[in-house]
Amino acid sequence: MATKKMLYLNRRAPYGSVYALESLEVVLIGAAFEQDVSLAFIDDGVFQLLKGQNTTAVGMKNFSPTYKALGDYDVRKIYVEKESLEARGLSREDLLDLTYEDENEGYAEKDSIQVVSRTDMAGIIEQNDVVFSF
Amino acid sequence: MSVLHTVNKSPFERNGLESCLRYVKKGSSVLLIEDGVYGALAGSASSNAVKGAMANVTVYALEADVLARGIKGKLMDGVKLVDYAGFVDLVTKHDTTSAWL
Amino acid sequence: MKFAVLVSEGPYTHQASDTAYNFCKAALDGGHEIGRIFFYHDGVNNATRYTVPPQDDRNIQQRWSKLQQEHQLDMVVCIAAAQRRGIMDEKEAKRQGLDGNNIAPGFHISGLGQLIEAGIEADRLVVFGD
Repeated sequence: MATKKMLYLNRRAPYGSVYALESLEVVLIGAAFEQDVSLAFIDDGVFQLLKGQNTTAVGMKNFSPTYKALGDYDVRKIYVEKESLEARGLSREDLLDLTYEDENEGYAEKDSIQVVSRTDMAGIIEQNDVVFSF
Repeated sequence: MSVLHTVNKSPFERNGLESCLRYVKKGSSVLLIEDGVYGALAGSASSNAVKGAMANVTVYALEADVLARGIKGKLMDGVKLVDYAGFVDLVTKHDTTSAWL
Repeated sequence: MKFAVLVSEGPYTHQASDTAYNFCKAALDGGHEIGRIFFYHDGVNNATRYTVPPQDDRNIQQRWSKLQQEHQLDMVVCIAAAQRRGIMDEKEAKRQGLDGNNIAPGFHISGLGQLIEAGIEADRLVVFGD
């Protein structure tokens, strides 16, 4: 099977609707297909990656710990747009620590999240063969 | 690579169009469908943003949705109308499609 | 050209299913191929055969079933999304100990891998949602 560049474009906050959760489910299943996968978080999508989510009182499943497993699934390119963070009063420090082990550098832990500018994000979107929007 | 961006939300309700227009690059196109066609209204709060984008990209609107909403006579100049077959053609003519839901 | 189509909303509430249907019909009329139509999120609700819209309205589910039959389309309903929303085929209903199934003709239930595979194998993926 040919390898394609696939982008998961996340623009929605978690919990208020199911899209964030069900998008993550696609990413986890999709990892088995060994494609060139990237995740992009823009607009309210950046809220998905916030630290400190606690869903006990709303009675829903807190799926934010699952993002930490992405590294084990070889999902290593997670782009978060700087302007979207800033517009929401957020910065990199507010986001989860997502890492992967780089087999080329003695399995050193590396940051999966890259905060990128809007201009860079436009280039990232354009590079892909397939864009899954949720 | 060229991208066909589809926008299906009214710009007066959601930011799909506004967001999309930030990421369009020269050679790409924007297709307004469903409530997204309200983004093609002339003299509206979002007209200037759309007009600005037209310097780089072609903006299309799905005629069936325009007609359904009774706004055919109110569209800004330069927006091209397509039918569903035209929508299909646009998908084939761009390298990839990105939906701004 | 070969398309894959993702339908992410159910019938009637949002226009997504209507637009997806009109797109697929135009693509097929234009001599293109639809490799797979994948129903996800509330899109799985397009697959219940128990929808009874008023007579003067379109029957969205039957329209999909008919298009499938005419063109032998591969229409896949995501199993995880379907289970959350009560869309069952005979096998799944039995497995879950439920008293019946509701899937419409032409749809079949399968895993999310079918969506990824459709995206890989098609020339273009087109997403319809809200």
